[in-house]
Formats: sequence, C-alpha cells, structure tokens
Amino acid sequence: MNTIDYNTKVIEMKNITKKFGDFVANDNIDLVVHKGEIHALLGENGAGKTTLMNVLYGLYQPTSGEIFINGKKVEVTNPNVAIENGIGMVHQHFMLVDNFTVVENIILGMETTNKFGVLDIKKAREEVEELSNRYGLYVDPDAKIEDISVGMQQRVEILKALYRGADILILDEPTAVLTPQEIEEIIEIMKNLTKQGKTIIIITHKLKEIKQSADYCTIIRRGKKIDTVKVEDVTEEDLASMMVGREISFKVDKKEAEIGDVILEIHNITVKDNRDLEVVKNFSLKLHKGEILGIAGVDGNGQSELVEALTGLRKVEAGRVLLQGKDITNLSPKEIMESGMSHIPEDRQKRGLVLDFTVAENMILENYHKEPFSTKGRLNHKSISQFAQELIEKFDVRPRNENQIAAALSGGNQQKVILAREITNDPEVLLAVQPTRGLDVGAIEFVHKYLVEQRDKGKAVLLVSFELDEVMDLSDRIAVIYDGQIVDIIDGKDADEKTIGFLMAGGGVGDERK
Amino acid sequence: MKGNKFVITLISILLGLIIGGIALSITGFNPIEAYKTMFKGVFSNPRYISWTIIRSTPLILTGISVSFAFKTGLFNIGAEGQYIVGSLVATMVGYFFHLPPIIHPIVAILAGILAGAIWGGIAGYLKSKFGINEVITTIMLNWTALYFSNFMVFWEPFKRPNRDASERILDSASIQILEKWKTSDAGRAFLANNNFLKEFLNPPVNFGIIIAILVAILIWYLLKHTTLGYQLRAVGFNKDAAEYGGIDIKRNTILAMMIAGAISGLSGATQVLGVSKETAILATMEGYGFDGMAVALIANSNPLACIPAALLFGGLKYGGSKLQPTMGAPIEVINITIGVIIMFIAMPKLIDIIASVRRRKRGVEVEDSK
Amino acid sequence: MKILSDLGVIIGITLMYSAPLIYTSLGGVLSENAGVVNIGLEGMMTIGAFAGATVAYFTQNPWLGFIAAGIAGGLLALLHAIACVSFTADHVVSGIAINFIGPGLSIFLTKIFFDGAAMTIPLDLDNKIPRPLNGIFASISTQNRLVDILDSIFNQYATVYIALFLVLVVWFLLYKTKLGLRIRSVGEHPKAAETLGVNVYRIKYLAVILSGVLAGFGGAAMSIAVISNYRAALISGQGFIALAAMIFGKWKPQGAMWGCLLFGAAQGLVVYLGSTGLEISSQLLAMLPYIITLIILMGFVGEARGPKANGIPYEKE
Repeated sequence: MNTIDYNTKVIEMKNITKKFGDFVANDNIDLVVHKGEIHALLGENGAGKTTLMNVLYGLYQPTSGEIFINGKKVEVTNPNVAIENGIGMVHQHFMLVDNFTVVENIILGMETTNKFGVLDIKKAREEVEELSNRYGLYVDPDAKIEDISVGMQQRVEILKALYRGADILILDEPTAVLTPQEIEEIIEIMKNLTKQGKTIIIITHKLKEIKQSADYCTIIRRGKKIDTVKVEDVTEEDLASMMVGREISFKVDKKEAEIGDVILEIHNITVKDNRDLEVVKNFSLKLHKGEILGIAGVDGNGQSELVEALTGLRKVEAGRVLLQGKDITNLSPKEIMESGMSHIPEDRQKRGLVLDFTVAENMILENYHKEPFSTKGRLNHKSISQFAQELIEKFDVRPRNENQIAAALSGGNQQKVILAREITNDPEVLLAVQPTRGLDVGAIEFVHKYLVEQRDKGKAVLLVSFELDEVMDLSDRIAVIYDGQIVDIIDGKDADEKTIGFLMAGGGVGDERK
Repeated sequence: MKGNKFVITLISILLGLIIGGIALSITGFNPIEAYKTMFKGVFSNPRYISWTIIRSTPLILTGISVSFAFKTGLFNIGAEGQYIVGSLVATMVGYFFHLPPIIHPIVAILAGILAGAIWGGIAGYLKSKFGINEVITTIMLNWTALYFSNFMVFWEPFKRPNRDASERILDSASIQILEKWKTSDAGRAFLANNNFLKEFLNPPVNFGIIIAILVAILIWYLLKHTTLGYQLRAVGFNKDAAEYGGIDIKRNTILAMMIAGAISGLSGATQVLGVSKETAILATMEGYGFDGMAVALIANSNPLACIPAALLFGGLKYGGSKLQPTMGAPIEVINITIGVIIMFIAMPKLIDIIASVRRRKRGVEVEDSK
Repeated sequence: MKILSDLGVIIGITLMYSAPLIYTSLGGVLSENAGVVNIGLEGMMTIGAFAGATVAYFTQNPWLGFIAAGIAGGLLALLHAIACVSFTADHVVSGIAINFIGPGLSIFLTKIFFDGAAMTIPLDLDNKIPRPLNGIFASISTQNRLVDILDSIFNQYATVYIALFLVLVVWFLLYKTKLGLRIRSVGEHPKAAETLGVNVYRIKYLAVILSGVLAGFGGAAMSIAVISNYRAALISGQGFIALAAMIFGKWKPQGAMWGCLLFGAAQGLVVYLGSTGLEISSQLLAMLPYIITLIILMGFVGEARGPKANGIPYEKE
C-alpha cells in the first residue's frame, strides 16, 4: 500500500464508450489509476473489462471518450502509441510466437539490430538477461516458447512489456492457467514490480486473488462501471454481488451421494501426446455409479490425453479400460459411445460442434445413422427437426430455432446444445471436461445442475476441470492428477484447497500411495 | 445468406465482363462489338448452341468433382489427372472390348469412373495414411496421369499409325445421339426439311449432358439427404468434431476423394465416348480440371449450380473463340475475364463496398455497417 | 571417365532446369512464411516469362527483360495481396484467379505486341542472359576431359548463379534480419505481432509482392535463359512444382532449393537418357520425378508443418 503515489494519476479514462454495431461493450466508463497501485478490474465474462483495456492499449478505438496518460491527453490509435506512453499488456491468451525463442519474442517489433537491419541476438540476450535479473523474472533466453512452462511464458510476456519500457502493466486474467503455487509467485512478482514504481492493472473474475493482491478494484457489469472500491474495505461477498448484481451462492445444492458399484475401471494405462511423449503414466482409477469424481490438476498434466484415450480419440499404449465390465480399450469412438460413455469435450468449438452445421444437425452428430433420424442411409429431416426442437425447449437453447447455424450461438448456448445431446444419450458414464469454461454465471449453474442430476439418477460423472473451485463444489471424490498420475484421492467433504493445491503442484509425489 | 452469395456471384460476373471489355477497348477493340460477336457466336445458330453444350458438359462434371471435394473439406486440384485417366481407360475399353451397343458404352463409362476413382483415391489414401496434403499429391498425380496416358497411347497395339493419338473407339461404344441416323438416307431426308434439327444435330451431340445433369442431382441429393453426405460434410467442416461424433475420418477422406475422382473420370469418359472418340498425345494439360475449379467457385460449390456455371464458362469460351476470326481480338480475353470474375467472387467484402456505394449514390438509405 | 563426364552433363542440365523453379519456390517461401498461401505462383511466373522475353526483345537487353519480369510478377502479386490482405479473400481462390489472369494476360498481350502471334519473337543468342563462365574452361585446355566436365557443370546462364545466391539471401533475410523475424512472426501469430506494433498488413504486402517478383524472375529464367522466347505452354505447371518443392522443403529456403534440384535432376536424367537413345520410354521417365516426390513425401510421415497462420485471412479488429 505504501507504494501508491496518490498525487499521480497515471491513467485516467473518461466517459469511455465502445460499441460494436448495436452492442455496447463499454458504456460511459471512467477509470482512474494511481502510480504504484495494483488495480483490479472485476467483472463476469463479457462484462467489458477486456474491451476497456483493449481500448487503453490501442487495439480498439473508443466510440467516444478520452484517455489521459500521466495527465496528458492521448489518442491511442494503435498499440505503438500505448507502448510509447509506457503501457504494456499481457493478454489472457499469450501473444507469443511458439516456434520463436524467448529472446526473439521479447524483441519482436523493437529489434536490436545493426544499421543494416541485421539482428544482434547477442546484445538482445544481454538486455533481456539484465531485465530478468532486475525484476526477478527468471527465463531461459534461448528456449523456444513451445518448450517452456506456462509460468515461464507468462514471465516472458511481462518481460516483453518491461523491455518496451512499460511503467503501466495490464494483465488480463493472469492466473487462469497457473497452479496455486504459481499464482502466489505471480502475486509476489506484481507486488515487487509496484515497489519498483510500476503500476499494474489486472483483469480478473477471481475474488480471492483480488483480496490477496489488489489495492483498488473497479467493478464492471454489462458494460457499465458499478464502482471503484478500496479492497481492504470490502469482503469477497460484497465484490461478488457487485459483479453479478444479485446475491449468489457459492455452493452447489446437492444431496448426499448414493455411491453404487464400480462402472468404469481404468487399469494402469499409458498414453502418449502428439510429440510422442508419455503424458499419462500407468494411470489407474475406479469410477462408481452415482458419484461425481472430479479430477483436479493444472492444465497440461495429461488430462486432455487421458480423456481422449478413454473416448477412443487417442491410442492407449498399455493397460486396460473396462466399462461395465466390458473391455473398451482402443475401441473406436463410436463403439465406446455405444457401450455407454458420453463426452462433453474440453473445446466445444473444436470438438463438440460442427460450427457450420445447424443446431439440428449438431444434435444428431452421434446418432445420425440411427432410426428415426435416418432410414437405410437416407436422412429423415422431419424427425431430426422434431428431436432438435424438443431438446431446444428442454435445455432452453436460444434462439429457439433448430435451423440456426451453430456458429451464431453464444458460448453458453453452444454448450447447452452439447449438454443436451450428450445427456440425451443417457450415458452410464458422462465425461465432462471443463464444462463451464467461458460461461456466465447463469449458464454455469445450469450446467452444474444437469451434472448433479445425472449423478442423482445413479449414473457416473467424471469431471475434469482446471478450476479448482468447480471441482471442489461438485465432486463427491477428488482425484488429483500430476504429471500423468493420480497423486491422491480425497473425499469431497474433507477436501481443502491448500492440500489439493499442494498436491496439484506435485507436492505429494514420492509419498507412499494410498 | 444464400441469396447474398448469389447476388455477389452475379455482380462478379458483371464486373468481370466489364473489365474484360476494358481490356479489349484499351487494345483497340470495340467491347460492345466483341460481346455482340460472342453472343451471336453462341445463340445465332442451333449448331452453336449444341457446341456450347458439348463444350460445357465436361466442365459441369469436373466442376461437380471439385465442388464435392470442397464440401468435404478437400481441395481437388487433381480433377485434371482424374479426367485424363478416365478418358484413357474409357478409350481403351471402347477400342479393345467388343461388346454390344448400350452395354459397351456403359462398361466403358464405368471403367472411366473406376479409373478416376482410383486416381482420386490414391490422393485420399496418401492424405489419410501419411498426412500428405492433397494439394501436393494431386499436382503430382496430374503430371503422372498425363505422362502415363501418353505412354499408353504410344503403346503399339493402341496407337493409330501416323497419328499422335490412339485408335478410335468402336462405334458400339459411342454415346452420340442419332449418330448413324444423322448420316443415313432417311435421316438426311428428314433433316433436309427441318433446318433447326439439322443444325442442332450437326455437332457431336451426345448423352453426356444428360449424364452430367443426373450426376448433379445425384450429388446434391447425396450431400443433402443421405447419412453418407452428412458424414462427409461433417468431416469437411470440422474433422475433430466428426471424429468425436464417431465418424471414421480416414475412411471418409478416402471415400470423398474417390467420389470426386470418379466424377472427373466420368467427365473424361463422356468426352471420349461422345466427342473426341480417341485419346490424343498431350504436350500439356488440357485444363478441364482447372476450368472445373473455376466452375466450382462460380457455383459456390453447389453441384446443381455447376450446370449454369459451366454453361456460362463454356459459352464464354466457345463464344470467345469467334473473336479471333471475326475481329482479330485475342480469345485470351476470356481467361482474363474468368480470372477477374473469380477474383471478385473471392472478395465479397469488396463487392459489399461497391454495392453500398452504388446504393448511396441512388439515395437509398443504407444502414451503417459498423 | 565416361561415367564422370555423363554425370557432369546431368548435373549441368539439372542446374539449368532447377533455376526457374528455385526463384519461384523462394517466392513461395517468402509469401507463405508471411502467412499468405500463394497458389498463384504459376500465373506470376507466366507473366514474368512473357514480360522478360518481350522487354528483352524490344530493348535487346536481357537484364532489362529480367528486371521487367520481376516487376510484372510483382504487379500481379500486388493484386493477390490486395485480395488476400486487404479484402480477406480466400488465398486459394485468389490464387486460382491469378492463374487465369496471368497466363490469359500474357498471351493476350503477346498477340497485341507481336501481330497476333502466340509467341514472342526469339532473342538472338547474344541477347539472352549471358553465361559468365563461357569459354573459360575451353581456354584452359581443349583436350582435357576433366575440363570438359567442369565446363558442362559450371558453364551456366547467369540466372543459375543468381538463383543459388538468392537462396542464401532469402535464408539470411528470413532468419538473420529484423524484417525476416517480422515476416515469420506474421505468418505464425499475426495477432502477437500486431500487439507489438508490427504492421501486419504492410509486412504481408511486402512478402507477397516480393514473392511475385521472384516468381517473375523464375519465369524469365525460363524464357530468356533456358530457351529464348515466351510461348503459350512454356510455363505449364512449373509454378505448381515450385509450390510442391516448397512444401517438400518445409517452407524453408534451403529445403525448397533441394526440392527444386530433385525435380531438376529428374528432368536432367530424362534429357540425358533421351540423348543416349536408351530403350526406355521418355514418357515413363518423365513420370519419375513426380513419383519420386510422392514416395519421398510418404517417408516424411506427418512432419510437414507450415507456418501456423498460413492461409488464414487476418483481420484487424
């Protein structure tokens, strides 16, 4: 706190409005940030936080409004102007060129060259190392981005901004892909930076981190500024209700689980990733009827490959998978599906939907070849439409038009289409991977309700999520995955965040297996 | 959306013709005169209409072949090679086999289809088995087809002595309409009194156009109303989702390339059995496959729309061939025009801008698009 | 010794036939590393062949022809860039259009400039691209076998040496300079480049235009060096072969060069074997390079990966 210089407004945004066609993303927003503070921008997905920062960074032009940087009015027409005025931005999806080295990524656009335009990588490396030492941001300058951890990638992003002389750093959802330990590190880094006179704006919807790191918090809801508050003075609950506009319950309503027989058995399976490295190693797990088993872990510990292997999308190199006692190892996706497994995929636009198909066509993606949707190889458009209409009604998909192209639906409605399709298959095992990623609160509740309902029907749900809160809210048992293996299984009721976070970061490895 | 695309296509065609006209007038030819010549060259005589249809027929088919591949997410640059092997094999069956009429052309056509399917299937197999981009394999296969065809035509029992071409197919394999009757006494007598028919039947009118229309309908139906079409489109739009939905991507990729190849092979077969009756030694590509790409693009990959698109293309080419003898203007202006049409079709954004400027000029209210 | 001198002949022919492909393939490397698929290389090569032959004929200067070829190719590429970069056209469709416009325009203009003839008037031998080492070997000794071999390998048109030199230049440009870093970043992750203030559109325009210039050179290397005029089917497929060589070479300049040399070598072998009167069908031989390429590609299972954002129209928000 003592680092804040209240006499210096480094950023002042006045009456910023940004429209996309008819849609108002930012509605007359004011924002003031002082030198040396950590200022959080809080809001739900789609509230307009990122848009506002893109305006500040010159990626968007505001429809109206003014921006003052260090008291001087600036027309931020493109990122170069922002950079010249000392603003740096770390985007949520890192803006790094995968097959470039760390140094190449940092210098891009501000290359160190001789007078003929020939790169001077050696000098650039020295500069990068100097910066990295000064701010305690450790990176390997010559490593390629595709080979380094997410945490290091984030440090590269921050260095990129500092290399450009940034005094004001905008971090968009900086913790989304980090382990709890890495999150602590980044918070430490942020505090350290403000001590050295930098100012930081973080965009986030995670209340706890705001409490841990930020001095001030500006809440944005549906494009409008709700308030700017001093973080010390408010509770997480206060922040949450300002963000959502109503009281929200953090807990999912669910009754006691009635755990039944084992339905899915995974015996010592090994799976390789696209680079031919073993990422799921000798993995075993048993899933029971009537339970939600959550797999907690940081992205990249073999979850995606595990799920693909279970659903037949990837080869199981060794070991066996039994579903209702039947060996389904390395069967085709179709055969596995017909054995009673359904799958809500991690990436709904890549895997879950054919975006150019209509909603109706997407609804039958797995059953198009069956009665009543087709007879002897001929599609029966009438019953397809009818089926789709029923599901649209039941799952509240909007707009209520089965001939709408899936690409035109919002993320939440796209997820509803998938959910409708998968649950209607009435699977014995439902594999839900990141089922609420990018959805708003209402849609999240909706999805959670259906997952719990599935469990209460006596079916089994295997939930894979990188959001620890989601796993803890929903699961009856929590299995923590690290480096392709289960490090521990904890009863949902006994779970506490600290232990799980410790395990997720590999803290339990080497211990006796339970 | 569909209507919009159709309008864009029409505007593109118009702009193509205008720019072709500008090219002519810059080089000292009267564009109005040129388009008049072309129009007359197509419509002033029933014989010309026949020729236009005959020239367009193989393009309808290669156009459908490319369109079909597009719909299944594949880029069939290989229509050319598939056409070549289709025509080669159909010629060989037409010459070497001795079969009764009706059966003979059917066998020859099926053989051409099979040859094209195999040629396309190779590219499909290499893509699904080895992950090699079909663009590069089909380019290789086009040239392989060309030299292979030449090699076969040079083969002693097949080559016609003193000609740079194969032997001609037997009469029993022909698919020309009323071919014998046209030159019989009765036919001559009848046609003498019916000038329209006489002119119309003068060129090698054949069943190819009917086959092409049937194939267009068949492929349209296949894509839209069958589970196979559903699968193929799903793979074309989003492989990962199709795989997730339990659809066998590899099998469908091979199948899609085989069907595309079959249609191009059929194109070659109809051309041989209905028009050329032989396979010539090729110094270079004839361009049926490349023209098919243009047809597919003008048709927005809709198999039914390939029919008018190919007729337009064929009409431009056939009408354009009258430019040189009549007014000394180079026929290549047609290729420029076609290229410009495709270029505009590729830039719907530009057409939108042009259209909105025009609307503004006419004083019509236009909503501000962002 | 006979084998060696035959080998010399084959290498010589290989280099001669590879040169036009190398220029064009390098063009493809530049354009696609900047994320613009360039299937229109064929058309750009054709217009270069035409412009080179025509300007060289009228000015009696092959170098002016060569430069004109680059300009003509660059202008056609500008059209491709406008479509793909400014109007977010599908790169392949635009390329197909270029492949109609380029050759169409070339013959159209040939007929205008040469009284309706479908080919340009051949250049005098003196007006073709020179062979810088011509006569040097002969002056050393006329009897020495080894000198003959060196002569058949190295007595090449200047365009061959320029092509090989340009491989080095393009490699240096892409991997050692600021511009190269930016070109590659734009092809891999344009958004990242944009957020760092790189002008994505400008870089793409530049790369595409340069690719057209190189393809134009490639056409001229055919029409004013390998032979001495432009005619209708002179460029029939070389652009596509160059494209294939680029993919074969994994979008790298040196790799593309090896791909082109492979095609050139196969062609050289055909020419050589044809001259020996060997009882092998020239048609079967002509098939060889294509089949070899297919087989080699089968060996590279799944390794060919182009720039990540290649072919994806980039739109600023």
